[in-house]
Amino acid sequence: MTRKAPKVQQKQPKAKQQEPKAKQAQWFIFAAVFLLLAFIAGALVYKNQKSNEAAEAYQRDKSTFVRAHSPALGNPGAKVEIVEFFDPACETCKEFAPLVKKLMADNPDRIRLVLRYAPFHTGSDYVVRILEAAKRQGKFWETLDAVFASQSSWAPNHRPQPQLVLNYIGRVGLDSARLSQDMNAPDIETIIQQDLADAKTLNVTMTPEYFVNGKPLPSFGADQLRDLVQNTLATAYR
Amino acid sequence: MNSPARPHDSAWTLVFACWLIASVGALGSLFFSEVMGYPPCVLCWYQRICMYPLVLVLPAGLFPFDRKVVRYALPLSLLGALIAVFHLLLVAGFIPESIKPCVQGIPCTEVQVVWFGFVTIPLLSALSFLLISALLVLTYRRSST
Repeated sequence: MTRKAPKVQQKQPKAKQQEPKAKQAQWFIFAAVFLLLAFIAGALVYKNQKSNEAAEAYQRDKSTFVRAHSPALGNPGAKVEIVEFFDPACETCKEFAPLVKKLMADNPDRIRLVLRYAPFHTGSDYVVRILEAAKRQGKFWETLDAVFASQSSWAPNHRPQPQLVLNYIGRVGLDSARLSQDMNAPDIETIIQQDLADAKTLNVTMTPEYFVNGKPLPSFGADQLRDLVQNTLATAYR
Repeated sequence: MNSPARPHDSAWTLVFACWLIASVGALGSLFFSEVMGYPPCVLCWYQRICMYPLVLVLPAGLFPFDRKVVRYALPLSLLGALIAVFHLLLVAGFIPESIKPCVQGIPCTEVQVVWFGFVTIPLLSALSFLLISALLVLTYRRSST
């Protein structure tokens, strides 16, 4: 067959080679562009679909987003609800905390904030235990502020040393004997497991993750969060 | 089959097909991790190390066509196929836990995607690497004579 084609013949149509080569390049470029566009289109469609699904799930049943045990801030009747999955050892969570507070202050009584635990760093669950025990003394938010304020001291370079946290929350005025007793309460473990399970259900793999009335951020960023909150406010309080 | 340019062309098409498979595999894996948010396990990373370079190296053998492309592409695809098959055996449970390389993070035995009841990510990976390897061997056969 073709293998036995004499060598002389192979060299013959030099001029003709130009044409298939140009065709080959065309095919290659066409395929490359097509694949890239398919990827981008697929990503957009997927994100949009997920966002709608999450919002629908939220409208139907909020239970995976908000549990009875979840600490919440702001007017319970607010029409816009920000659900934030956070890790006390996560730097970005700390950075974003004042941002969310500012959004709430700018729109009084219209936004409610619900916090969920996503202790992805090793040792973070210890800090969550402290927060939950502080909640029983009615000082969750003060303790959280103190935990975030001292984060660089007890979690340098993303390596949390959670035992140090207790040194930095003295000013909150917690009953420390009661705190260390409450920290080991088995229902706190249940809360952590529940939150982690919900994080998995909602596909939360990074912190902080926000859901505004069930809608996740289209992409991560402070501006995106502000826009999403403002759009949701605009539709809720038309 | 009377045009003398043909053996060259068909070899080119085979390598082009390899590149298509590698590109779909690379973009697909990025879709799983970056768009769908499935974190890749260690073995997945090793397979990516073999798949991603193919996307860049194969075109070097396409323009202009280099029949030696097999020499620099086949080691990648064979190694990738080995890791993928190992991954498959691990998921299937044929390889005991003790030599499991994933200690922390995401367990490689966790199956994140199942289509039609049997198509998983490591299966797609193994098929891609094996198909690329087979096509490369075929390219060598076609262009070496």
